[in-house]
Amino acid sequence: METETETDQIYHIDVGNLLGFNPNHRFPSAPSSREELVKECLEEARKLVQAIANALFNFPSTETNDGPIVQLPPPTTKLPREKHVPRPKPPTKWEEFALKKGIQKRKKDKVVWDEQTDQFKRRHGYDRVNDDNDVPIIEAKATDEPGEDPFAKRLDEKKQRVGKQQKNRLQNLKAAEKAGALPSHVQLAATSLPISGTKSQPKKIGKDELGDVAGLAATSTASGGKFDKKLPGEKAPKKQGKHHKYLPVVAGRGAVNQEKEQTNNVLSKIISKHSHEILNVGKAINMYNVKKEKKKSGRSDKSGRSDKLKPKKDITKKPTNKAK
Amino acid sequence: MLEIRTPKTGKAKRVLEKRAPKLVETGKKTLILHGTKTSATVSSVLMELYRLKKGGAIKYSRRNENIRPFESGGETSLEFFSQKTDCSIFVYGSHTKKRPDNLVLGRMYDHQVYDLIEVGIENFKSLLSFSYDKKFAPHEGTKPFICFTGEGFENVPELKHLKEVLTDLFRGEVVDNLNLTGLDRAYVCSAISPTKVFLTHCALKLKRSGTIVPRMELVEVGPSMDLVIRRNRLPNESLMKEAMRTSKDKPKKKEKNVDQDAVRGKIGKIYMPDQKLGEMHLPDKSKGLKRERKESKKLQEETDSKKKKKSSE
Repeated sequence: METETETDQIYHIDVGNLLGFNPNHRFPSAPSSREELVKECLEEARKLVQAIANALFNFPSTETNDGPIVQLPPPTTKLPREKHVPRPKPPTKWEEFALKKGIQKRKKDKVVWDEQTDQFKRRHGYDRVNDDNDVPIIEAKATDEPGEDPFAKRLDEKKQRVGKQQKNRLQNLKAAEKAGALPSHVQLAATSLPISGTKSQPKKIGKDELGDVAGLAATSTASGGKFDKKLPGEKAPKKQGKHHKYLPVVAGRGAVNQEKEQTNNVLSKIISKHSHEILNVGKAINMYNVKKEKKKSGRSDKSGRSDKLKPKKDITKKPTNKAK
Repeated sequence: MLEIRTPKTGKAKRVLEKRAPKLVETGKKTLILHGTKTSATVSSVLMELYRLKKGGAIKYSRRNENIRPFESGGETSLEFFSQKTDCSIFVYGSHTKKRPDNLVLGRMYDHQVYDLIEVGIENFKSLLSFSYDKKFAPHEGTKPFICFTGEGFENVPELKHLKEVLTDLFRGEVVDNLNLTGLDRAYVCSAISPTKVFLTHCALKLKRSGTIVPRMELVEVGPSMDLVIRRNRLPNESLMKEAMRTSKDKPKKKEKNVDQDAVRGKIGKIYMPDQKLGEMHLPDKSKGLKRERKESKKLQEETDSKKKKKSSE
């Protein structure tokens, strides 16, 4: 918006921002005193403000308790945004399906008529209509197996349904994040970093493993873990130290006296009652023969020994005359 | 494995929604920071700027040694603070031998540095040194008038940039309705030379005049200083285009297939799309269909029997 004054100067006025710009004024390049300069600046500004006010006060105003209120026009100077324009959210899997099938959303009432108790009950929450947990008797069908618990089965089914729904929700949010349109109150965070290349689930430690580890940790205490405070539910550690297996002293009906056998074996090895079991005769003969042959050919074979094993003579060193 | 995290309290949710990008934006918040070393003038300038912008500004009092706005690596701290406090304009004051009494004004887009301008402060006069009738002291949070004088603001590109940044800084919120009794301050910026701008803050006196429009008078109240342009960094083209984009920028679509006639009035043409009857999804009412079929069969039989009777007659 522009306004012309008497001196034929055109001001650029933006009423929406209460902004006025006078592009035509030339300040003297020769420095006059500071006060003069300030005075000049203020005078020019005053003219601008007056021009804006002229436009402003001529708008239709409504009277209220605080004073006259005026509708401001939108600002004309373009200024950059603070954040990006919100991006459209991609439709969820259900929304796509509903669009394709032509399913309309129907508003559900908070209160529903319950046939069984002949009164209005709420749809969700305490004492709700058709509560899954409230059925006292589930009749067995012909297709049911005899050992199955139908109540547990119902719980399982519900868990599965909830799990499936969570998975779908996560997929929808991931798609939204990809498009850059994640809702402002939701954050997707990685819980544990997987090893690159594998999609491994974090290994869950079992009860026994935990018990072992706890036992190991306990032995490192000063009293060997005997006086450690136990958590509720924690069992005493399994027998630690060396495990000895002692054979039964009294033999059972028809069973061999194992202890007697064991000691007999040891004795016989020492005393060698049955030496043929201990001595390998064939091997002994072979060893004797080899030794004999070696002795025979030992003298002639001495010189024929490999040269590589003999220490080599150093030709650079001259023979010393030890006979001096 | 990804985990969905949502706020557990209503307050947290409201804060997050406030900070989310919106179609129509409310006022930008300002972050005021100290650099490694600050002189007395710089600290008082920062303090007074904070007071002027009390409602929408956050002032950090500690020194920040690792912020160097004009260097490529020195902006990470700024961006982190911007994200933490949700501020899109920052004012960073420092004092070095090479650049005495330095002030860097910068803006952010999506918490990334958008543009920067560095000015030096000269001839600073604080709020407290001005004496005036306290009746006219401007109230906190009122919408100010902003006045720019001088051909420099149009001809010199750095001054043009400074004009834009100062408008953004002083503007406050964009409002639809304005109370005319609440007009009591004005910022005056004059380009006294191609490199210098004289900035001051004045209170408004509305005097009675003959017409509806009162006579405006300016009384200097606030800090006044000379800004000497030092360095600036303009935003790169693509970022500027994206930031300047508003939802109303799309050209108005002309209304098609609508005709105004003096005789017939307003006439509209409707073009029916091709109804692919073979691919339509029928509702799954198999029982109903069976019933319909039975009924139609019955009717057929009746008409047939009637015909037979007629023919026999």
